[in-house]
Order: sequence, then structure tokens, then C-alpha cells
Amino acid sequence: MSRNRLQDLIPRLVLSPSLALILIFVYAFILYTLYLSMTDSRMLPSYGFVGFENYEKLWNLRHWWRALGNLAIFGSLYIVICSVLGLFLAILLDQKIRGEGFLRPIYLYPMALSFIVTGTAWKWFLDPGIGLESTMHQWGWTGFEFAWIKDRNLAIYTVVIAAVWQSSGFVMAMFLAGLRGVDGEIIKAAQMDGASNVTIYRRIIIPMMRPVFLSAFVVLAHLAIKSYDLVVALTGGGPGQATELPATFMYSYTFTRNQMGIGASSAIIMLVMIFSIIIPYLYSELRPGRQR
Amino acid sequence: MSAEKIVGTGRGNRFLRVVLYAVLILFALYYLLPLYVMVVNSVKPLDEIRQGDMLSLPQIFTLEPWAKAWSSAQIGVQPTGLRPYFFNSILMVVPAVAISTILGALNGYVLTKWRFRGDDVVFGLILLSCFIPFQIALIPAARILGMLGLAGTTTGLVLIHVVYGLGFTTLFFRNYYAAFPTELVRAAQIDGARFFQIFRRILLPSSAPIIVVTVIWQFTNIWNDFLFGVSFGDFDSLPMTVALNNLVSSSGGVKEYNVHFAGAILAALPTLIVYIVSGRYFVRGLMAGAVKG
Amino acid sequence: MAFLKIENLRKSFGKVDVLKGIDLEIEEGGFLVLVGPSGCGKSTLLNTIAGLEAISSGSISIAGKVVNDLHPSERDIAMVFQSYALYPNMTVAENIGFGMEIRGVPKPERDKAIAKVAETLQIGQLLTRKPSQLSGGQRQRVAMGRALVREPQVFLFDEPLSNLDAKLRVDMRTEIKRLHQRMGTTIVYVTHDQIEAMTLATRIAVLKDGVLQQFGTPAEIYNKPANLFVADFMGSPSMNLIPATVEADGGNVGIVMQRDEGAPLVLPLANGAAVNLAARNGQKVVFGIRPEALTDPDSADRNARQVSELDCEIEVIEPAGSDTFAVTRLGGREIIARLRADAPISAGQTARLAFNLDKAVIFDPETQARIL
Repeated sequence: MSRNRLQDLIPRLVLSPSLALILIFVYAFILYTLYLSMTDSRMLPSYGFVGFENYEKLWNLRHWWRALGNLAIFGSLYIVICSVLGLFLAILLDQKIRGEGFLRPIYLYPMALSFIVTGTAWKWFLDPGIGLESTMHQWGWTGFEFAWIKDRNLAIYTVVIAAVWQSSGFVMAMFLAGLRGVDGEIIKAAQMDGASNVTIYRRIIIPMMRPVFLSAFVVLAHLAIKSYDLVVALTGGGPGQATELPATFMYSYTFTRNQMGIGASSAIIMLVMIFSIIIPYLYSELRPGRQR
Repeated sequence: MSAEKIVGTGRGNRFLRVVLYAVLILFALYYLLPLYVMVVNSVKPLDEIRQGDMLSLPQIFTLEPWAKAWSSAQIGVQPTGLRPYFFNSILMVVPAVAISTILGALNGYVLTKWRFRGDDVVFGLILLSCFIPFQIALIPAARILGMLGLAGTTTGLVLIHVVYGLGFTTLFFRNYYAAFPTELVRAAQIDGARFFQIFRRILLPSSAPIIVVTVIWQFTNIWNDFLFGVSFGDFDSLPMTVALNNLVSSSGGVKEYNVHFAGAILAALPTLIVYIVSGRYFVRGLMAGAVKG
Repeated sequence: MAFLKIENLRKSFGKVDVLKGIDLEIEEGGFLVLVGPSGCGKSTLLNTIAGLEAISSGSISIAGKVVNDLHPSERDIAMVFQSYALYPNMTVAENIGFGMEIRGVPKPERDKAIAKVAETLQIGQLLTRKPSQLSGGQRQRVAMGRALVREPQVFLFDEPLSNLDAKLRVDMRTEIKRLHQRMGTTIVYVTHDQIEAMTLATRIAVLKDGVLQQFGTPAEIYNKPANLFVADFMGSPSMNLIPATVEADGGNVGIVMQRDEGAPLVLPLANGAAVNLAARNGQKVVFGIRPEALTDPDSADRNARQVSELDCEIEVIEPAGSDTFAVTRLGGREIIARLRADAPISAGQTARLAFNLDKAVIFDPETQARIL
């Protein structure tokens, strides 16, 4: 009898270390950071409560607005280009391509790389002194100019280029899996109706990819908001603050500028941004599929 | 099933087929270009790069940049090369992957086969942890590691990576075990097997595919991590990615591009090898990470 | 004496009551079939007997011992699952021997027991194979072997034949019956297939929405269904249930059924029955008659005490080889009669049908219960 009771408890005992770790390292940490964001912490945490003062300061910082503006540019271009390119490549690869097994891994391998490696590679390749621009000069096209990475107004687009390079293959794979899941009979029925291939894609297949678009959007938005390593490796946030993102902003305010209160409040804003995308998505994704 | 589909194979569209292949190959070149640049320039002497043609093959072939990146390049203040950091990464990745995978497997087993009241709330809490921006955890995590005496240690990094990997590993195993027939668990119960026996004898032998997916996912993520490494590591524990970044962004002195490229390839090699050896599983892991199921 | 006894068993998942106070018992060596539509709670009931699901209240006892709180492996039962639940990573022999291995039975003894069961079920040549290398019928046998080797007090079967094709299902049904006759072990068997229930059971329990509808021998269930649900559920084609009215005139009581065309049909009832119904003069009832009790006059049961012959308009004829089914209409319902195969009858004609009123039953449409 008592042995049975113990047996009944084992599953929950097994789960509890993980749950405890998550509760502390995720949820308690969120609360702690939330609290810090309302204190006068600077280099070290301190507990003088200042209410929403840090948030006021934060929203008055041009630096923060710059980071948000960059995130808007970077995030929207990154999501749109990755989705369009991913869908485009997936449709092309879905045409019974000979050598698909050879091409697909080539499109996908960047996803296996660290953003630091990606950043390093693109940093030097885009560097006008030794990279693409100088190569073109060598090849005789002396008028060629490509110095975006050194340009305050354009540097953020180089982050987009490198990030798209890294992630678009993954989006392609998601769409390809979606396309392969389309019921062949629907396509046959459309062909019987006399629809051309373009029409079949535009009117039938792509609308059926809606869930994939949603998944891709969520994954990419989440990656965009978290983006940190790539900017560090590629531009270090510069030139000036030209490629600063909320993630790099948070790090520099917290650990190098000794403004921990403001850093914490920016982290909270990041969390709110991500959760406002993720929670509705998880909710819609998990509800109908639940068993029992 | 895709064999049934006839889309896109319009008869007689030879011209379109040629365009199609041309476009596909062009994109393949785009994806390969940075890797090509890294490889060819990592085996050129520095002077040759400075002349400015990054795309040309080396005129003089040299492995010196590799040797330097590995064992003698200046990283931070020490001329150690990437070697010690490579082993830091190994020492961090292996236990972190092993522990998070084992915990994820047990969690998935409990959440699907030993359901209890409120289990979906527990799963929701664990799952949501996959999506938090890690910036939110940096300050308290630094303090906790300090309190535990783990600041700057590999053990501390292992702990951090286990915690923030749990959401994914639990998700993977839960989705996999949800499709595992519950009747097998019941049959084993009637045969007298208890919690761990059922796990070890019935579920585990059928779990190879998901273990592979999870291990690859965790290995790639942890190996490639930079934020935690740079926040919580020091010389004895800094991982490869941080060392590479220090190598590349070290100011002062001449920029040894060839050494940087060699270092970048060294840092990328383990995950690239995993990808090449088991790409199929790698892709499946990425998909599972996108919360399919 | 009751060998397996279930008293006032209740089970709820959260707010949903799945079993609402079940009382059942079966004698040693009996074959109890739990039958009902999907979602009626029959599988849950079986799982509670097995100990795979905890009960909310009530009690379950096996051989006089309350087993409510015992682990499934301590209840001295064995179970055959719908999907067979063979461990995919083990060979057939390992599957059969797994329970003994867990209990620490030494290997030689295990091998002996496995060999014996393999011989009984004629699966000796399969022992080294993995489940994935077996056909559906072979898996079924292995699953039974795994149960047999335990030599339990009670066997539990959860829809064991539902994954087999029609022919194999009939063969395995016979095989299970033969096994039961030979071993004489008590069996509880869940199915949604009422033919399986009729052929196998010594006792049938019909469930619906977690409530026991009727518990009795197959003959009782078939001939004297307790209510409209049981009448409709058991039997194929199912019982004709015709809205009707009672008409009492002195000592004579008749059942009146409307027809689409022509005068209503009136069936006179025998004296014994008449007494019970006389008080319901003018009330609505449901008249139930099985297709085989509604036939051509030549095929009518010669031993029946009371047969009425009436002309009916035949709408459709469905020859089924051994019999011919004829569809007609009565009381606004489609009615099926079962005629002999070569009955001289065709669609659109009027034909004479014999109603065997010995086999007829009458229900109260309000309470749904049988009143005659």
C-alpha cells in the first residue's frame, strides 16, 4: 500500500527538479529583473525603489530609440526577405529537381554555424578594404563601391544580408516540408479544373501554407528580437550606434555603462515584445491539438 | 506522395527548366560564397589577401594561419591560440547536452505517460522558457552563479545551458512520446514493470531517433552560444565562440585575416561535421523546434 | 458464487462522470462481455478492473479479495490489448517472458513456460521474430500468449479482434471460445461488436453513457431487451421498433400501427399479454419485433403459439444469399423482414407477412423500458 503511494509520487518527483530549475531560472529571474528595473541599480544591484523612473529614462534615450528603429528595419526586412526567399526556393526545389539532395543541404548549412562565425565571414567579405569592393577593383571594375558596413545609414542592412544568409535556408526547409505535405489529390483536382501551375500555386498551394507562414514568422521574429551575437561579430553595434539592437543595448547598459536599472527595463521590454508574439501563437498551436 | 504531384513539369518547357536550374545554382553559390571565402583565404599568406582579391585561389598555399589560430594567436592578453577554448567548449558541451537530454527524456515520459492534474500547465511553463530573451536572465543568473561559487566556471555554464535547454529537450521528447502507444506502457504495468523499468525497457529502446535529434539540436545550440559564454565565462571556461570573437575584434596590431578565417572555420567545424554527418536529423530538430505538434 | 464482483463502481475524469455506479458479477469460469457504443465507458471499466485506472468510489474484488488499491501486476490478471501492445524492441519470446523476467523467474523456467504457451497457440516458429515481422493474426496470437503464460485468475480482453480483417476475426473468435472452453478461466471481454458479444458471452453487460443498461445471458439480452436502447443495439439487422397504440376492447387487446396507405394494421395479442396491457388502452407504445420474427408465412416458426399474417407493401428487396431481406413501412418507419432466400416476392408488390407475436416485445416510449 505505502509502496504504491510512493510509486504514485515518482513521476512528479522526476519532473520536479526540472520544474524547480525552470521556476527559478526563468520565472523568478523574470520577476527579479522586473524588480531591478524599478530600482536605482547601477553597477551592482541595489534596492532603492524608484518606480517607473528607469522606463521614463529609457524611453527618453535616443540610443534606445535608435535600437528600436534598427530592430524595426532589421526585423521586418529579415522576416520578409527570409519568408519570400524561403518560399521561392522551396517552390523551385519542389519541381522534381535532379540533385535536390545535393542543393538542399547547401541552402541549409549556414543554420549550423554560430552567428559569430557568420559575422566574422561577412565582416571581412563586406569590408571595402579587402573584401568584395577591393576584389571588384582588382578585377578591373574600379568604379564599384560597396561600403555599407562603414556607412552609418546603411550598416544595418549588412546585418540583414548576413542574417538572411544564415536563416533563409531554414525557412526554405519549413516551406518545403509544407509543400510536400499538400495532398496530391487536391492538385490533381485543380488540374482537372484546368488550372495552370502558376494558378495552382497562387490560389491553392500558397494559401494552404498559412500555418507555415505563421510558424516562420514566429521563429524569425523571435530570432530577430534576440539577435545579439551577429551584431557583435559583424559590426560591434557600430559604426557609432548604427547597428545597435535592443539586445546589444541591454548588454552595454547593464555591463559596460553601469546602468543596470535601465538595462533591466530594456530587457523587460524585450520580453514583452517576444511574449506578445509567442503566447498567442502557442495558445492557438496547442489548444486544438490537445489530447484527452 | 510527392511522386503523385505533377505540378511544374510542364511538357516542352525546356527553356524554363534551364532557367530554373540556373536560378537554383546561383543561390547555391550565394550560400557557398562565404564558406569559400573563408576556406581559400585561410590558406593564403596575409600579403596575398591584402592585395585585395578575396575570391581568387591561393597562389601560395600555407597552413600557417591554421596553426597560428589553433595554438599561438593572441586572444585577449594571452598568445594561446584557440586550443584551450576549444577544450573549454568540449568540456562544457558534453555534460550540458547529456544532462539536458536525459532530463528532457524523463520529462517527456512523465508528461505523456504519467499524466496528472495540472500537467499541461507544467508543460506550458517549461515550453514558454524556450522563448524568453536571455537578456532577462543575465543579471540574476550572474548573481546566482556568484552565490553558488560557480561564477566563471565551466560547471556554471553547464548549469545555465542545461536550464535553458530543458524547454526544447522536453518539447522534443514530449511530442515524440505522445505518439508512442500508451497501451505498451499499460501492458508493461500488467507485466509488473514500474516507472523506471518501463522507461528503460520499453520506451528508451524505441527512442533512438528523437535522442539523435535532441543531441544534435542541443550540441549545435550550446556550441554556438555566445551570450552566456561572454557573460559568465572566464579564461578557464570561455567557449570557442567568445575566443573567436576576441581574436577577430582584438584591436591593435595587424589584422590577420587569414588567421581569423582559419579560426572561424575551426569554431564552425564541429557543428558543420555534425550537420554533414546527420543533416536529416538536424533539419528534423529545427522543425521540431518550430513547435510542430 | 461471484468470482469477479464489481459494486457501485464510479469513475470520473475531473467533472466528467464516465462510470456512474456499475454493479456486475461473474461466476468462476464465466465469460463476461462488456458491450456498448464507443464512449459508453466499457474500456474504462475494463481498465479499472485491470488497475490501470484508479476508481473514484465503489469496489472491485477478485476471488473474494478486494483489489481496489493493488497494482495491476498484483491483481492476478492478464490483459490482451486492442493494438496488441507488443514491445517492438523484443522478440516474441521476450515479449511473452517479460512479465516473468520482471518478477525474477529464472531463465530455464521462463523458457519452459514460453515453450508451453507457444505450443498451445502454435506460434513456436515465431519465437525469435520481432513483432514488426508478424502478420496481424500472428501478433494477436502472441498477445494472447503473453496473457496465457501468466495463468491468471481473470483474463481481460480489450477489443482484441477489432484490428483484424473480417475473415480472420471470425476464426480468432472461434479460437478464443475454444480456449475458454478448454481452460475454464474467467474472462472479461470488451467489444463494440454485438455479434462478438452474442457468440462469446455467458453473460453480457450492455453499457451506455456510463450506465449499465442490462445485464444477463445472451438469450435474455436478445429476446427480452430491458429497454429500447438494448433492443436497438443488439442484433443485426436491428430490431424493428414501430410506434403503435394499444386498443383494448373487453378481453381483446390489439396493437394498432398506422400505414402510409390503407387501413391501420391491427395485431391481436394473446390473453396473457392482453391482461398486462389492457390498462394502457389508447396509450402510445413502441412495438418491437426482430426481422426473423417477421417473415413469409412458409418460413414462420411452426412452434409459435401466436402468429398473425398480414399483407404489407414491399418497397425494397435485398437478397443476402442465405436469406432475403424485405423492406416495408409501418407506423412511419422502415421495417425489415427476413424471408427465406427463394421467397417469391418482388419490390412494389404486396406480400403476406407472418408476425410471430411470441417474439414481439413492447416498450413504453416515455421511460424507454420494456413493458411486455
